[in-house]
Amino acid sequence: MIGVLARLGAAVLGSLANIGRIAIFAGETVSHLARPPFYTREFLQALVQIGWLSLPVVGLTALFTGGALALQIYAGGARFNAEAVVPSIVAIGMVRELGPVLGGLMVAARVASSIAAEIGTMKVTEQIDALVTLSTNPMKYLTLPRVLAATLAVPVLVAVGDSIGILGGWIVGVTRLDFNSATYLRNTVDFLETWDVASGLVKGAVFGFLVALMGCYHGMQSGRGAQGVGRATKSAVVAASVLILAANYILTELFFSA
Amino acid sequence: MITLTDVHKAFGPNHVLRGVNLEVPTGTSCVIIGGSGTGKSVLLKCVLGLVTPDSGTITVDDVPVQDGDRDAFLARFGMLFQGGALFDSLPVWQNVAFRLMRGALKRPKAEAREIAIEKLRRVGLSPDVAEKFPAELSGGMQKRVSLARAIAAEPEIIFFDEPTTGLDPIMSGVINDLIREIVTEMGATAMTITHDMTSVRAIADQVAMLHGGKIRWVGPVGQLDESGDAYVDQFIHGRPEGPIETLR
Ligand SMILES: Nc1ncnc2c1ncn2[C@@H]1O[C@H](COP(=O)(O)OP(=O)(O)OP(=O)(O)O)[C@@H](O)[C@H]1O
Ligand SMILES: [Mg+2]
Repeated sequence: MIGVLARLGAAVLGSLANIGRIAIFAGETVSHLARPPFYTREFLQALVQIGWLSLPVVGLTALFTGGALALQIYAGGARFNAEAVVPSIVAIGMVRELGPVLGGLMVAARVASSIAAEIGTMKVTEQIDALVTLSTNPMKYLTLPRVLAATLAVPVLVAVGDSIGILGGWIVGVTRLDFNSATYLRNTVDFLETWDVASGLVKGAVFGFLVALMGCYHGMQSGRGAQGVGRATKSAVVAASVLILAANYILTELFFSA
Repeated sequence: MITLTDVHKAFGPNHVLRGVNLEVPTGTSCVIIGGSGTGKSVLLKCVLGLVTPDSGTITVDDVPVQDGDRDAFLARFGMLFQGGALFDSLPVWQNVAFRLMRGALKRPKAEAREIAIEKLRRVGLSPDVAEKFPAELSGGMQKRVSLARAIAAEPEIIFFDEPTTGLDPIMSGVINDLIREIVTEMGATAMTITHDMTSVRAIADQVAMLHGGKIRWVGPVGQLDESGDAYVDQFIHGRPEGPIETLR
């Protein structure tokens, strides 16, 4: 009994310490924004890696999700003779929830893992130490450009994902559910409010920040050897995904609970 | 002058350094020898502040290494890592010129590239490796690129962690001469770790042997053969029998 309690206590303390370390890491990252130098080239490279190259994954995810959403809402709506709500509910569901969350999760899988593996390998092969001896702060050179790029790029990805998701709903609506194309589009536009879209973009920025932060943090904490890098990669993806879902709930409470 | 006083460092239960005392006067070359895993690399990293000692003091020109401006401190150093530690996302010349392209020493790209190629030449590499990526080079070539990077900004204090392992005898000779030259001509202070006795004799003013977490013996290279220390004798002649235990 005591043993169980002790282990529970140790686990709680351990995770609290972890949260503290991550908070300090995040604070330090952000503080480098205000202190030159800023590594523009690394930032632009990160922007391409995180933003541009994630487009296909995010786009495909959104397309299929939008399509499936239209089918489900139609089936659900049919129970209340309310099939006409399909366009507006697809749009609202996509823009407020599924666009940011699925986009964030796909980016977590793609970007958190690759950042953690890259930085972890650099740690294990002493490249991070080498950076320090070459008078370059690893937080400035590696972490800040990636975190900033993700924070700026993910909202754009979410916007693209939103549009493609609505497109997916429209394709299914028009081809499978006998909606009139013009009516579908009008219903989409008429019922969507600015804040629906904007809140999703804000979520995207937060998720992007979390994803890159987890990639960098776990990469920097990587243990020795290939095993250490593997563990760091896994931890980064798991932590980023869980944090995205948790943050999503908190932000939804903040934005929409009356 | 680099001074280490009673430096201790443990990794968990593994007590690596157990009170290291060492002085390296400015403008001289100190070679550290000692068995594999005795903590030679850790020792250099302690001086650079990459590893924080558990206790003891390390000073450079009488200033404790953890005090003062880190950037200014590190700007005086160059380090060749045992594993090379080249940045694999950058081509060779940008690795060598890394410090010349950012921060205080920043200069135009063309000039940085020229310096990089000159440094590559000094370690026996032709200009056409400049555009390659580290992964495309052999182990010995990577080591030499890393050496070129360490000396590129002409630091006052240079650490070489096994500069000649993985090199052929002729190339080892070239590198030994280069290190000697950097010390005598540029007046740099050097600390070198090596297992190669030819290198020891070619590079060192002073030799220190690390064993059991302490400096077992230190003296001028000329006295290495008459050290009167059984550990040193066994080590420099590579005898399996002697006071240093070998597990077999
Ligand atoms: N970051 C670290 N974490 C845990 N243990 C470490 C770390 N760095 C070094 N060690 C341990 O410290 C000891 C000394 O390592 P070090 O690399 O200094 O050896 P060395 O004398 O340079 O050996 P070699 O000649 O083989 O390079 C080893 O037992 C190693 O496992
Ligand atoms: Mg070593």
